[in-house]
Amino acid sequence: MSIIRSLTQWLFVCCLALPLMAQAQAESQPAGDNGQALLQALADSSNAQKGQVLSDIAKSGDERARDWLEAFASGKLSRVEDSGQFVIVLENRGRNWKVKDALTGESMGEISRRDLDNIRINNALRRELDGILSVIDLTVDNADTRLEAARAIRGRVDEAMAERITTLLETESDDRVSDVLSESLAIYRVEQGDVASVAQLSGSLNTEARAALTTVARGDDPAMVKAANEALASIEQKLKWNRAAETLYFGLSLGSVLVLAAIGLAITFGVMGVINMAHGELIMLGAYTTWGMQQLLPGQPGLALLLSIPAGFMVAALAGIAIERSVIQFLKGRPLETLLATFGISLILQQLVRTVISPLNRTVITPEWMSGSIMVNEALSLTLNRLYIIGFALIVFAGLMLIMRKTRLGLEVRAVTQNRAMARSMGIKATKVDIMTFALGSGVAGLAGVALSQITNVGPNLGQNYIIDSFMVVVFGGVGNLWGTLLAGLSLGTINQLLEPWAGAVLAKIVVLVFIILFIQKRPRGLFPQKGRAAEG
Amino acid sequence: MQSSQSFLARPFTERSTQLFLGILFAAMAVVTVLHLAVPEGSALYVSAYTITLLGKYLCYALLAVAVDLVWGYLGILSLGHGAFFALGGYAMGMYLMRQIGDRGVYGNPDLPDFMVFLNWQELPWYWQGFDMAWFAFIMVLLAPGILALVFGFLAFRSRVTGVYLSIITQALTFALMLAFFRNEMGFGGNNGLTDFKDILGFDLRTDATRMGLFLATGVALAIGYVICRIIVTSKLGRVSVACRDAEARTRFLGYRVERVQLFVFAVSAMLAGVAGALYVPQVGIINPSEFSPLFSIEIVVWVALGGRATLYGAVIGALLVNYAKTVFTGVMPDAWLFALGALFVLVTVFLPKGIAGLLPSLKKKPQDDDSTPPSTAKEVTA
Repeated sequence: MSIIRSLTQWLFVCCLALPLMAQAQAESQPAGDNGQALLQALADSSNAQKGQVLSDIAKSGDERARDWLEAFASGKLSRVEDSGQFVIVLENRGRNWKVKDALTGESMGEISRRDLDNIRINNALRRELDGILSVIDLTVDNADTRLEAARAIRGRVDEAMAERITTLLETESDDRVSDVLSESLAIYRVEQGDVASVAQLSGSLNTEARAALTTVARGDDPAMVKAANEALASIEQKLKWNRAAETLYFGLSLGSVLVLAAIGLAITFGVMGVINMAHGELIMLGAYTTWGMQQLLPGQPGLALLLSIPAGFMVAALAGIAIERSVIQFLKGRPLETLLATFGISLILQQLVRTVISPLNRTVITPEWMSGSIMVNEALSLTLNRLYIIGFALIVFAGLMLIMRKTRLGLEVRAVTQNRAMARSMGIKATKVDIMTFALGSGVAGLAGVALSQITNVGPNLGQNYIIDSFMVVVFGGVGNLWGTLLAGLSLGTINQLLEPWAGAVLAKIVVLVFIILFIQKRPRGLFPQKGRAAEG
Repeated sequence: MQSSQSFLARPFTERSTQLFLGILFAAMAVVTVLHLAVPEGSALYVSAYTITLLGKYLCYALLAVAVDLVWGYLGILSLGHGAFFALGGYAMGMYLMRQIGDRGVYGNPDLPDFMVFLNWQELPWYWQGFDMAWFAFIMVLLAPGILALVFGFLAFRSRVTGVYLSIITQALTFALMLAFFRNEMGFGGNNGLTDFKDILGFDLRTDATRMGLFLATGVALAIGYVICRIIVTSKLGRVSVACRDAEARTRFLGYRVERVQLFVFAVSAMLAGVAGALYVPQVGIINPSEFSPLFSIEIVVWVALGGRATLYGAVIGALLVNYAKTVFTGVMPDAWLFALGALFVLVTVFLPKGIAGLLPSLKKKPQDDDSTPPSTAKEVTA
């Protein structure tokens, strides 16, 4: 045994002697600094003493302290048995472990694990270490790191930390950080039975503050119980508002998806009177255009998404023109037949995508600037992609409104809608207007597809999932009325979200459908019925 | 005119009805003989599998007749008739489930397997009574009938017609599909009702029972056809055609349009329910996919292909499309949706009167109501 052992040691020395010597010379004295002594103390002290040593290391202000403590916490701080040198294990698989010098941070290659003496840690120390580590972070220069650290220690403050936080608070320059820190202190004091600090927590939304208050509210001290209950009530009130705001936000985002999906239909169905059951598939084409664009521009999902907006519009608009020219123009004045024929087209388009691309869902990447969320406060955060979609829906809506109200095309469309024969005798080319209107409605469906690709699966069934909802929105809002579509979409989305908590997603949808069916009985022409001759069915 | 003749007997004097019933019964007889009398190895032998398949087609044909009654003679394009079909099917399925008794996987004599699986303790109230055949068979008519009455009452009273009605019937079947997919509804959720054992004491897996179901479906189709003929040749039928072609004018003449619509719609829904009830024991399963809007709209294309407002055209269309579906899905499954989609487009653009429009010789007299609506101008909205 001893022979083998000495042999390996000898080999080890052969392998490492040269670099080690070189290193020792390069570092010369700084390595023998305070750090070596601190780690030495940590390694040699008993478990009971280690706590003290740890806080010494934390207080030392050494910038390497964080590395050491983290390595220690994860059991990766070791000492080389022979040289007494402290190392941090980088990779502990196999016989030889990759290590780096704890003091200089330089890589030392691989060392047999038998030559390493691990510095052990127990659970009590690990808990203590967590607190110490976050306190270390409280002293760094970066305010964001400090904020994160401050949030991390909230609710876990003990006596020693409380002292330290009090001193840190005096020098803290960032308001956000000092707010969180004083809240942490308040939580600590409330836990200790300080009635005066309860008031400080009364508006707080975070769970730790609530937990602390709930605990003391069950206590014996009547003054404390009363104060805590009052604070909890005010928190509850505030939470309620935040929850309402969140529901509204989700409702609006779902609603704006519905508006996007339905607004193109509002043009083809509402303005032209053409039932386009393939509308959902035009949305699907827009979504697939986004996917295709991202395939063409790998690594640039953001650019691809921006380019997909015009591309999706064009693809869907061209498909719409093809549908109008090949089928719909022959079925003028026969809406039920148009419905059937366009349904046939929707089947063909779906199957085409299944056969040519794939029956499976495709992944569309969300660019970085669209992922993540804005945190309004502790209880309310708004996801960015939904925010973008709300904005996009409003822009598309405003654009369409402008086209219909302010351009020559819009004027002609309205003229043809109101009285085709009269418009034609005024020299408007009704056929051309038909094509343009249908292209516009279809193109908007393509835009909806681009937006939907960011929040839902892009697959052959994408369109089917939205077609019935879209028709519901248009019918609910009143055919031929873009404002009605906007209002109907947003309100249906919100109603759906309001129902969801107590009914579940599927039941909420059923309730909304039944609601619309009943609503149509009361107001067969929707929220905003068309007036005048065009309304006569 | 035929005023002296009872309106009940009138259809039997029509050549088209005589011909239809003749062909139907002759075909049923031929199939029966080929199944029973021809040895199994022979090329002419009709297997039990084929008989069940034919029985399924006949169910679809009855469903198509029901749709043609409302679309062809009332001008209501229902995109939700699959819902009535499925409700009839579920009523039958519930009876068949209760007939399983303790022969299920869990052997529970009181509860169907899926309820045991979901840890239900007792039978929900709406399952009571379905162990009795007479009750279940009444429900086959009542469930779709009542839904049609309530829905139709609300819709026709407020004069929802044309495209609007089509869209909300589609929403109706979509909502029902979502509802039946839920396990909490107590209809087996996603899997639906299946694993049936026997009907009225006859084992469903034997050839004789299948034969019997096939013949029963054929008779049901004949009866359904005659009922529809009676309706459309009666005075009521003429009013209904008037509603189709000029609803406002009919109303001004003093007819209660919504009552006519409601009656015809409810009869049609019940026929669809019967078709569903006969479909379930032959196919052996009923699940929420029968509620899917795609199925309902497919029925409409059968009718459109056959030719609307002819009834026999609906039967021809249903048989042709479903035979094509069987062939296509067997040979090239991918091509089926292309073919179906193309069928929708081609029929509406090039064949507005359907196949029946190509067979004008069947008409006895010009004033028979068999003419396809001249133009559906009144359906134009906005």
